[in-house]
Amino acid sequence: MKSGFGLWSFTLVAVLLLAISIYGVFSYAPREVIMGEVQRVFYFHVAAGWVSALAFLVTLIAGIQYLSTRNSKWDRLAASSVEVGVMFTTMNIVSGSIWARPIWNTWWTWDPRLTTATVMWLLYVAYLMLRQGLGDTKRRRVFSSIYGIVAFTSVPLTFAAIRIWRTIHPVVIGSSDPSAEGQFDMTPRMQHTLLLSVVTFTMIYGTLLWHRVRLERCTERVAEMKSSLMARL
Amino acid sequence: MEKLTNRSAGAEFLRAVAAIVWKDLTAEFRSREIISGMLVFSLLVVLIFNFALDLDRNAQGNIAVGILWVTFVFAATLGLNRTFAAEKDRSSLDGLLLAPVDRSALYFGKLLSTLSGVLIVEIFIIPVFSILYNVNLLDPLFLIVVLLGTTGYAVVGTLLAAMAMHTRAREVMLPVILFPVTLPVVLASVRASEGILAGHQWGQISGPINLVIAYDIIFLAIAYMTFDYLVED
Repeated sequence: MKSGFGLWSFTLVAVLLLAISIYGVFSYAPREVIMGEVQRVFYFHVAAGWVSALAFLVTLIAGIQYLSTRNSKWDRLAASSVEVGVMFTTMNIVSGSIWARPIWNTWWTWDPRLTTATVMWLLYVAYLMLRQGLGDTKRRRVFSSIYGIVAFTSVPLTFAAIRIWRTIHPVVIGSSDPSAEGQFDMTPRMQHTLLLSVVTFTMIYGTLLWHRVRLERCTERVAEMKSSLMARL
Repeated sequence: MEKLTNRSAGAEFLRAVAAIVWKDLTAEFRSREIISGMLVFSLLVVLIFNFALDLDRNAQGNIAVGILWVTFVFAATLGLNRTFAAEKDRSSLDGLLLAPVDRSALYFGKLLSTLSGVLIVEIFIIPVFSILYNVNLLDPLFLIVVLLGTTGYAVVGTLLAAMAMHTRAREVMLPVILFPVTLPVVLASVRASEGILAGHQWGQISGPINLVIAYDIIFLAIAYMTFDYLVED
């Protein structure tokens, strides 16, 4: 395939960055004074959260593009981005839960941020269900574009949840509310590690998205080849 | 002649909307299928909750509002399932789409006819509920919140019902794609209703009420913009 070289170099860079990030999280970043080692979850937790928002933004833009251009490549991009985004949202929620066990003394609580994140996760799972229920038609492309637009409303709400409501979820970036449980201020080394994690996860997202879109293209080509072969027989 | 078309641009739209509402309500009052079904179903839900939770007098006050909203949501979903599916089963949807009116008139017509059905059910349920659960629900502000919350639910529901009718297993698909989208408005309506019935100050209940109003406006705009794409074929 013509995209082979670019894709494999992307993959290689992503893997290397991941290795450096893991080193950064466990060795370069200092141990947080109050929370201890469990605070190290924070770097990948934030990065996964950022990537899920980015992935759903890509779905929104691709959906709007599909509705205005009717080029099915936008639909492939939108659907692939949702799949990758749901995976990162799951990682975000699971890592948060692991952190919450020692800090909040519970795996789960119905805090506004946790609720909105769960709603966001459910919405995009529903997006995938909707696609599955429609079969491969133009209608599926149109409907999932519209649902991608509707579902995106949950993303800014999830981002803003810890900033507009009283919540126990810490706001590390930006203004901090002292009532949050597990609040802390970042040292420069922590900031470097967080930045590196975010860059790494964005890179991993881009790579996975590329692989997924390529897989979708290949599936379509195989289907085309099959049907032309059947026509010849 | 030209003068006539100028005058009628907006009036024509409203007449088309009114015609669809009139048609739906007439059909409903002659067959009495959907609204009476929703009504009996709501009563059953109220009774089931009463027995399942084994409510005593004190517990009733705290969770009654939640039960009421769950009842509304279930009943409305039942009605929404029929909004477009009834047209499809009678093959009359193509006729509606061929009518020389703006496509969004169809959306608003369906929205208003579904909404009036749900509101009729609510008018019956609220007094019955007041008696069974020993709460006074005839507070004007509470009724306004019921109206706003139900509107928000129907706005999204009508849009998504038009999608769900094309899927396999459409009765299953509608709640799956609808519940996560409407969770914020239901949650905010429950919070606002609780506050009103507990006699809180305006400052404490204005937050959720504003959220419900914002939700109504945002999703009305999204539905208005995307419905044309949804019904094209």
